[in-house]
Amino acid sequence: MEAASVHATPADTAEFLTFTLGGEEYGVDILKVQEIRGYDTVTRMPGAPDFMKGVINLRGTIVPVIDLRLKFGLGDANYDAFTVMVILNIGKRIVGMVVDSVSDVIELDPEEMRPAPEFGSSIDTRFITGLGTRDDRMLILLDIEKLLGSADIGLINAVVAQAA
Amino acid sequence: MASIDLKRFHRAFFEESFEGLDIMEAGLLRLDPAQPDAETLNGIFRAAHSIKGGAGTFGFSGITDYTHVLEALLDEMRAGRRALNASDIDLLLRATDALRQLLVAARDEQPVDAALTEAVHAELTGCLHGEKAGAAAAPVAAKADAAEGWRMVFAPHAGLFMSGNDPLRILRELATLGDAKIDAVDAALPAFDALDPEQCCLSWKIDLRGAVSRDAIVDLFAWVEDECDLTIEALAAASVPASSVTPVAALPAAAPSKAATRPGADATSIRVSTSKIDAMIDLVGELVITQAMLQQQASHIDPAVAEALLQGLAQLDRHTRLLQEAVMSTRMLPVDAVFSRFPRVVHDLAGRLGKQVRLQTIGESTELDKSVIEKIADPLTHLVRNSLDHGIESEDARRAAGKDPAGTLTLRAAHQGGHIVIEVADDGAGLDRRRILAKAAERGLSCDASMTDSEVWQLIFAPGFSTAAQVTDVSGRGVGMDVVKRNIESLGGRVEIGSQTGRGTCVTIRLPLTLAIVDGMSVAVGNDVFILPLPAIIESLQPSADQVKRVAGQGQVARVRDEYVPLVALHDWFSLPARPRPVHEAILVIVEAEGHKLALQVDALVGQQQVVIKSLETHYKRVPGVSGATILGDGRVALIADVGEIVRLATRAAAA
Repeated sequence: MEAASVHATPADTAEFLTFTLGGEEYGVDILKVQEIRGYDTVTRMPGAPDFMKGVINLRGTIVPVIDLRLKFGLGDANYDAFTVMVILNIGKRIVGMVVDSVSDVIELDPEEMRPAPEFGSSIDTRFITGLGTRDDRMLILLDIEKLLGSADIGLINAVVAQAA
Repeated sequence: MASIDLKRFHRAFFEESFEGLDIMEAGLLRLDPAQPDAETLNGIFRAAHSIKGGAGTFGFSGITDYTHVLEALLDEMRAGRRALNASDIDLLLRATDALRQLLVAARDEQPVDAALTEAVHAELTGCLHGEKAGAAAAPVAAKADAAEGWRMVFAPHAGLFMSGNDPLRILRELATLGDAKIDAVDAALPAFDALDPEQCCLSWKIDLRGAVSRDAIVDLFAWVEDECDLTIEALAAASVPASSVTPVAALPAAAPSKAATRPGADATSIRVSTSKIDAMIDLVGELVITQAMLQQQASHIDPAVAEALLQGLAQLDRHTRLLQEAVMSTRMLPVDAVFSRFPRVVHDLAGRLGKQVRLQTIGESTELDKSVIEKIADPLTHLVRNSLDHGIESEDARRAAGKDPAGTLTLRAAHQGGHIVIEVADDGAGLDRRRILAKAAERGLSCDASMTDSEVWQLIFAPGFSTAAQVTDVSGRGVGMDVVKRNIESLGGRVEIGSQTGRGTCVTIRLPLTLAIVDGMSVAVGNDVFILPLPAIIESLQPSADQVKRVAGQGQVARVRDEYVPLVALHDWFSLPARPRPVHEAILVIVEAEGHKLALQVDALVGQQQVVIKSLETHYKRVPGVSGATILGDGRVALIADVGEIVRLATRAAAA
């Protein structure tokens, strides 16, 4: 039951969209996901860090796209027909997130979610809410608000401030 | 379904009537009492006549009766049986306001404010019966003046401070009129931690004793009338039976401004939430892109086989483009929507201040996003009031200075370098540098005599700053320019002041285009496409190698017809990974902003097109040198270069 206290979200089950990044499986709260798209042409933004791929036209709205593989330094950031963008809707912001592939949606009971272990200072666990386990699979649960609100991305300051 | 739903027709009647009122008001303001233009008078008469007719048809008998008197008066004027003077026009204007109130009341099915309309009705009747003019109105005034004093309830709306008004000053001024007993009502005051200092939560009950005319009180509240609920009652009214005509009369002067905000809204016929329109614009954009894709696919088809299909596609192309244009235009309004309220403001205010002022508006058809229009109305009104009160001198002072006794106030709107620029300029006395500095020092602001003029002018944006020697009911209360500045900055704009002693002051508001459409030149830089706003472009040219020189430590300059212009390669500016071409194979686009020229090196000119500016900030953040983004025909996003900022930063870097 300790997981429930770590997790900000409810004591009952939560649904997660799972995706892979460099061989690892990650999960993000399904309620934050707006849609999933193929990767298409991205317009670069001047002066942006390399993980900030640029902006796309999402039905008339200009939406920034972040490549999580570059942000986390995982695997090769290839762009092919299978590269997928997960469009997230957080607060009032819409952000695209490039991942290797999207797997499925799974439901996790509170007891299946564990707090992230202490890795010491060598590994940054700031953006991880916990680890989910289901059978043999291990899922890294991302704290997407914190990630997008972090200093180098700085996209959703207002939202984080509100939540705090 | 035997009964016809009359409500449907009511709606059309009210819309037409409000339009008629607008025509009447505009006509009255245009009317020169000395030489009344017959056509204008006819127009006013016709408008009144159709309101009367409509009201009769739908059984609004109060409106019919009222309009009948107005119409009769107008008819006499029209027929030349009655000479016109300025006070007649004022009376007619007040009558239009009262009529507007009647219509609003009828439309909203609210009770009519009988006292107000009766007073004007009486005046009209008086005027109609010639020599008795004023006699009918006089009793009301006489009764009023006979009162021992007044009881007022003054409840400002929460947003009062935003318009730069300070209730305290009004109350102080009120206390100078007579023996005032003022009680603050703090019932609406929230708990301290929930208190927003910018909201006015207090109201006041005031008992004023003394021989004060109602008009004097009304004048004091003139500038807050549309932002407060105010009742004025004669004290001891109960003991004077005759004064039952005037109890709890709403301020007559409250009518114009309250009403003035209405016509613009009603004249557009339907109200649609802007988010719906935005969604429509986005969808149409997608449609255009899909259409372009289809067109591309169809280009592989043999025209002999699928002639009908290709014809259909060509038609689709035309229709989608027309649809796109039509949808785009729904979001844009000419700036006239806000300018049109100023003739009345200037007319009333100039009359009150005893000044002669000519209002000139230029560029009323400049189109501007509706939401921006709504938000600049208040700051502009404030600036206009300021100009009239402080800027333009009295007639005598103007004559003494050898100027035209009538001052000129100019409102000008234009698209300029990807911005909308609105100027409020007067030919008055200009800002007094010495007084501003003295006042700033007094208030402990950091300032010294060596500051440049423009730095000094910026001081007046400090909160609470006022150099007015005397606080008037118009302005000078010190809550003002800082609010104007804040409002404009919240729209992402800037306010600048230019002033010359004796020549006048010009306040320039520069607003970014949020959803405005801009004519743009698309240029290619490597694989990227950027949009340069066309208004900023002077020319483009292909330079020869010897036209571009490198100046030690100062970057490159290009010689353009005996003029040396600093050169910036867009590759470098946007730190693109592209291989910069040798300059003689590139194109130079000469742009100008804020008086500085700059040559931008690009690879190629792609074409000229109208683009819709989309905000980057909605989901991303501000990017230096980029004013927004747009979506190209193929669905790709292109960035719109902020030429003004690039020029500013580049020339500053060069100067450093």
